[in-house]
Amino acid sequence: MRLAFFGGIYSNHLALAAAIADARSRGVDAMWCLGDLGGFGPHPDRTCELIRNNNVSVVQGNYDHSIGHGLNDCQCGYTDPRDNHFAQLSYDYTLTHNCDDHRTWMRTLPAQQRVEFDGVRLLLCHGSPRRTNEFLWDSTTSTQFLAKMCDNNACDVILGTHTGLHWQRTWDERGAVSTKSRGFINVGVLGRPENDGTINVWYTLLRTGGDVGAGEAPLPWEVEFVPLIYDHERLACEMRDERLPDEFIQTILTGWWTTCLEVLPSKERRRGQW
Amino acid sequence: MNSVANPEQLPIVELGSLDELWFQVAGTRCNLSCTHCFISCSPHNDSFGFLSFEEVERRLLEAVEWGVKEFYFTGGEPFLNPQLVAMLERTLAFGPATVLTNGTVLKPEWLERLRAAEQGSLYSLEFRVSIDGPTPELNDPIRGPRTFERAMQGVDLLVQFGFLPIVTMTRVWDEGQDHEILGRFRDVLRQRGYGRARLKVLPRLLLGAEANRTCGYSSSDRVTAEMLIGYDKSQLVCQHSRVVTDRGIAVCPILIDSPGAILGDTLQAANRSFAVTHGACATCYQFGAICTNPSHK
Ligand code: SF4
Ligand code: SF4
Ligand SMILES: [Fe+2]
Repeated sequence: MRLAFFGGIYSNHLALAAAIADARSRGVDAMWCLGDLGGFGPHPDRTCELIRNNNVSVVQGNYDHSIGHGLNDCQCGYTDPRDNHFAQLSYDYTLTHNCDDHRTWMRTLPAQQRVEFDGVRLLLCHGSPRRTNEFLWDSTTSTQFLAKMCDNNACDVILGTHTGLHWQRTWDERGAVSTKSRGFINVGVLGRPENDGTINVWYTLLRTGGDVGAGEAPLPWEVEFVPLIYDHERLACEMRDERLPDEFIQTILTGWWTTCLEVLPSKERRRGQW
Repeated sequence: MNSVANPEQLPIVELGSLDELWFQVAGTRCNLSCTHCFISCSPHNDSFGFLSFEEVERRLLEAVEWGVKEFYFTGGEPFLNPQLVAMLERTLAFGPATVLTNGTVLKPEWLERLRAAEQGSLYSLEFRVSIDGPTPELNDPIRGPRTFERAMQGVDLLVQFGFLPIVTMTRVWDEGQDHEILGRFRDVLRQRGYGRARLKVLPRLLLGAEANRTCGYSSSDRVTAEMLIGYDKSQLVCQHSRVVTDRGIAVCPILIDSPGAILGDTLQAANRSFAVTHGACATCYQFGAICTNPSHK
């Protein structure tokens, strides 16, 4: 099987449309979005429509939970007032620009999904299986923790998003980092670039069974992180027209994060400019 | 029926999952004697001793099957333990590590080794440097003469070696002033060349020296069983942490010195529930997540 996974969209409907087209051109059998449809970008309705009209299955993110229930904020829990200021601006914008029908639909989204393909048991979630808004960063998540999480949830591969940076770790049944057997995959996000000075965003392909590339010992599954170019200048124009913060537009145009950096652990933070 | 038999229900917190393992690596030994230290550390407090390298390594191996997510090193002042650098190098093979230091005793040769260790690891090595405000006038009366400047030099050194220290302050001011004080601290750090300042404010814990400095907890500062109904217990450190001390495994880094806080000699023995009946528990209950880094929550 060939499966496509999209992380947070953050209302980047242009990247989402490009990702759906790209995934289809690669012959995927099914597509998922792991939540956080809104925030950051313009016209949140357009993202919801694309998702719902293209047979993309969705797991609920913290943002979708908040917007669906009309809560006061996005539950990201920043402590820097500057971060909170911008987070609140985009949250309020997203809340008022989503129609009731989409919001009702968001409330019904599942917090996680389990699916099995070619004997590989997948668990799809937003942050972690135990908490929608848990940040699992590459540099602050031990392998034994991931191994235990897979064991506790009786699955082989856990897929999530939420942090905004894609990464993966694989290990064997005894918890040693090694060739694929079990794994954790952060599928990245379509919403904004990865704080590395490039303007592309990322999504993830997972192949199982006969679609796994030929290797010496055939693996049960394999991952490909796909860098995706889209019309980011048009997105910046739309954001300007909607009077969204210039700080956000700069991120789209430069590839560097400008807000909410406080949550990054030091290894991830050092890779950025700010 | 049983509820009638047990009218005095205790506020019980189970260990949900052991996410963080702490090492009380310098015991209660510190080169400073801050007036608000909640375990009264000082150069002469030997109530808890140093951990050895072998002890830390044994616990790291034990931690694997528990699925521990990350490791914290505290004291006292961790860098007083001559084996700390070697311990951290070893720990970075098992998971991310965070050191809580007062920043006054750091040596370039240690930081050079630690930077190399972090670069060779999958994981982040974080430093939390305790400084209680953006000026000597705020900090020094609490932490001691010249400690502001000495700790800031520690921050400078860490930054020089490519680390991004998290400056951690105890709130010795009104909560309403947080915004202004954090802003001033960001400016001070920027002027010293640390533009990516990471800051964290902790509530005061009215224990140890701090209980003498101001006032301790009153009997009304208590968490009750009823208060825990519907409360997200993962806000409490004891729901997801344990502490290795030279006297056994303690329930949390805050209470090590309190009666009943040592739960056993192994992680297995320390995997039991705890009644959060201490005054400090009320502070945890009120503020939540007080011991973690900003990247966690
Ligand atoms: S607060 Fe920290 S630096 Fe101050 S005496 Fe206690 S352990 Fe030492
Ligand atoms: S002080 Fe806090 S972490 Fe420690 S036992 Fe009480 S509630 Fe738990
Ligand atoms: Fe999220």
